Amino acid sequence: MENGFSSPRSESFPAGLRVLVVDDDPTWLKILEKMLKKCAYEVTTCGLAREALNLLRERKDGYDIVISDVNMPDMDGFKLLEHVGLEMDLPVIMMSVDGETSRVMKGVQHGACDYLLKPIRMKELRNIWQHVFRKKIHEIRDIDHHESFEGIRLSINGSEFSEDCIMFSGEDLTSFKKRKDFQNKYDERDYGDLSSTKKHRVVWSVDLHQKFVKAVNQIGFDKVGPKKILDLMNVPWLTRENVASHLQKYRLYLIRLQKENDLKASFGGIKHSDVPSKDTSGGFGLQSSIHTNQNDVANDRDQFSGSNFYGQDLDAKNNEGDQEEIVSEPRPDSKKPLTADVPDPQDTRSSQMSFDHSSASLGSDVNYTEFDCSIPKQYPWSECPEVQSKQEHKLLLQLEDGFSQQPPGVPQHYIEIDQLQSGRDTSSPIKNEPVLVEYKSHHESHISPKETAIDNFSVQSKSLIAYHQSFEPSSTAIKSMKPQAVDLSCITDLEPCQRNLISPSDLTFPPFNEDLTVCWLQGDFLNKNFGLPNMEFADYSDPGFIADIPVHLYDTLTSDYECPYDPTEYPIVDQGLFIL
Amino acid sequence: MDKNHLQHQLDMKRSLLDQGYLDEQFIQLEELEDDDNPNFVEEMVTTFYANSARLLQNIEQALGSRPIDFTKLDNYMHQFKGSSSSIGATRVQKECTLFMEYCEAANAEGCIRTFRQVKQEHASLKTKLEDYFKLARQGGPSAGGQAGR
Repeated sequence: MENGFSSPRSESFPAGLRVLVVDDDPTWLKILEKMLKKCAYEVTTCGLAREALNLLRERKDGYDIVISDVNMPDMDGFKLLEHVGLEMDLPVIMMSVDGETSRVMKGVQHGACDYLLKPIRMKELRNIWQHVFRKKIHEIRDIDHHESFEGIRLSINGSEFSEDCIMFSGEDLTSFKKRKDFQNKYDERDYGDLSSTKKHRVVWSVDLHQKFVKAVNQIGFDKVGPKKILDLMNVPWLTRENVASHLQKYRLYLIRLQKENDLKASFGGIKHSDVPSKDTSGGFGLQSSIHTNQNDVANDRDQFSGSNFYGQDLDAKNNEGDQEEIVSEPRPDSKKPLTADVPDPQDTRSSQMSFDHSSASLGSDVNYTEFDCSIPKQYPWSECPEVQSKQEHKLLLQLEDGFSQQPPGVPQHYIEIDQLQSGRDTSSPIKNEPVLVEYKSHHESHISPKETAIDNFSVQSKSLIAYHQSFEPSSTAIKSMKPQAVDLSCITDLEPCQRNLISPSDLTFPPFNEDLTVCWLQGDFLNKNFGLPNMEFADYSDPGFIADIPVHLYDTLTSDYECPYDPTEYPIVDQGLFIL
Repeated sequence: MDKNHLQHQLDMKRSLLDQGYLDEQFIQLEELEDDDNPNFVEEMVTTFYANSARLLQNIEQALGSRPIDFTKLDNYMHQFKGSSSSIGATRVQKECTLFMEYCEAANAEGCIRTFRQVKQEHASLKTKLEDYFKLARQGGPSAGGQAGR
C-alpha cells in the first residue's frame, strides 16, 4: 500500500487522506476530528448535511472519503449518502449509535462502504483508507476496460492487473505491454492522481451531450447504437466506448428518473420497511429503498397497504417463494391480469425477463392499466404525480389483496405493461423500463413480481417522459416510438442478468455482473432523489435539464461496463450539480 | 505532580469506570490528549453537557405535547444517546436505550418515568466529572491534561 501511493501532500498513503466528517453532534465532530488527525489524515468537519454537500460540490476532487452520521437534523444521513455516491462517487462511511441490523442494511443498500457503530474507536478510523483504495482499484480496472489505453496512466500495482484485465480500444496494444512500466509511473504518481484518473475520462459537457441527444434522436432510439451516434456526433476525439458508456448511463438514468417519478407519486403514502428482501429479491431492496426515501427514511416500518413489505416478513423469507409474499404486492388472483387489457402481456414479460418468481399477476395488471391510461395525460414531467396517484390507488388495492402468487416471472409485467402501452398512446418504452427495473431489483434473480410490476410501471412512465423530454422537448405526450427503442436497449443492458431477455437492439452493453447489485442499489438513490418531495433538484419539467444532466455524470464516467448503471455517475437532477 | 494527588485522581476514575458511569470511550478520549489538546477530555465533556442540555430540552418538550409523537421522541433520544456515547456515559446510555424501548412500545408512562432516570444519570455524571476535573486541575498546571495517563 505504502509504496507508490504518495499523496500530493508529500506523505505516503494513506497519510494525508482527505476526510470530510459530517455529524450534527458537536462533541462527536470534535472527537472524530481529533482521532482522524491522529491518523495523519486531513480532516474537514461539517455539522450539517447540506453544508457537507456544498463543500463536496465546490471541490469535486477535494475529498477522498466522507464519514457521516446517519441521524442528522437537516437531511437524512442516507440521503446524503445517496447524493455523495451519485454526484461525487466518493466512498461514504456511515456512523450511528444504533447498530440494528436493519439500519446497517439500509446503509449498505444506500451505498455505504462501511457502517461504524458509535462509540467509534480510533483503530476503526485508521483503516478507512482501504475504502478509498478499493474504489481506486476498481476505477482503474474499469478505465482499463473501456477507455483508450492512452488515457490510462495510473496503475496501482502491476500485479493488480492480471491477464484478465482486458485492454480495450485496442488503440495501442503495444502500450499494454507497458503495463509493467506502470509500477514505475505509479511510484512517481501522487496519490492524488488516482482521483485524477477521472480527468482522463470524457467529460460530457452540455454541448457534447446535446450533440449526443440529437444524434440519438436522429438515429431513432430503436436503432441507436454507439457507433451510429458517434458517427453522427462527429466529434473526432470521442471514442465509441465513450459513447457506449454514455448511452448506457443515459438510458438508465432516464429510466430511473421515470421510475423515481412514478414511485414518488404512487408510493407517496406507502411506507416500506427499510429492509428489502435480503438476498434474493433485489427488487425489494430497490423498491424499499425508493419508498423509504420517499416517505421518510426514518420510517422503518412497512406500511405499504398494511402488507408487510419488507419488514418482518422479509427477514422470514429469503427464498423466492417467500419473496413473493414479502413483496406484498398482492396480486389478487381474482384480479384480471393485465392481459385482460392488454393481450398476453405476460408472454412478453416472460420473454423479457425470467425471474425466479413467477411473474405473477400482481395486480400490477390493474396497475398497469391505470398507469397506462394516465400516462398520456401525464406527460410533462411535473405532471407525473397525477398518474401516480392513480397508480398508487391501484397499488394499494393490490397490496391489500395480499401477495398471493408469484407471477411467472417478471416478464409478465413487462409484457403487460408493454401491451398496455401499445394499446394506448404511450409507446412501448415502458416495456423496457420494467426490464431494467426488474433487473435492478432482481439482480439476484429474485424479484417479487409485484414489485417489479410496479417499479416497471413507474419506470416506464418515467422513462417515457424522460425520453420525451430529451428527445422531444416540445412534446407533451408520450407517444413517440423512440423511447421504445431506448427501452429495448435498456433491456439489453439487463440482458446478462435476465434469464430470458428480449434480444436488445443494441448489444453493445456488457453483461451485468455483480457490480450491478451495487449499482442499482445506488441507483435507487437516484430514483429516490428524484422522487422525493423535498427534492432540491431542478425542475423536472424542464426538458433542458436532461441535457444538462450528463455534464456531471461524466465526471465519473468509467466503470460503465462493469456496472451498466452506475448510479454514482448519474447526475442527480439538480441544476446546481452541473458544475463543470 | 503530587503522587497522592494523581493517585487520588486515578482512583476516582477507576471508580467511575467500575461503577459503570464511564466506559472505554472515556479512556480513548484521554489517549487523544496531547500537546495540541492537553485538556481534550474536559473540553469534550464540556461540549457534551452544553449540547446535551439542548437535546434534553427537545425531549422534554416532545414528552409534554399531546398526543405524544413517539417517533419524534425516539429520534431525539437517539440523538441524545449518540451524544452520550461520545464521552462514554454508559449509565446514561442505558437509560436512553430503555427509553427508546418504551417509545417503540408507545408507552408514555414508561417514557416519562425513564426520562427522569436519564436526566438523573446525566446530572449525576456531570457532578462526578466536575469533581474529577477539579481534582485533576488541582494536581498542577499540566495535571488536568495528563492525569490518568
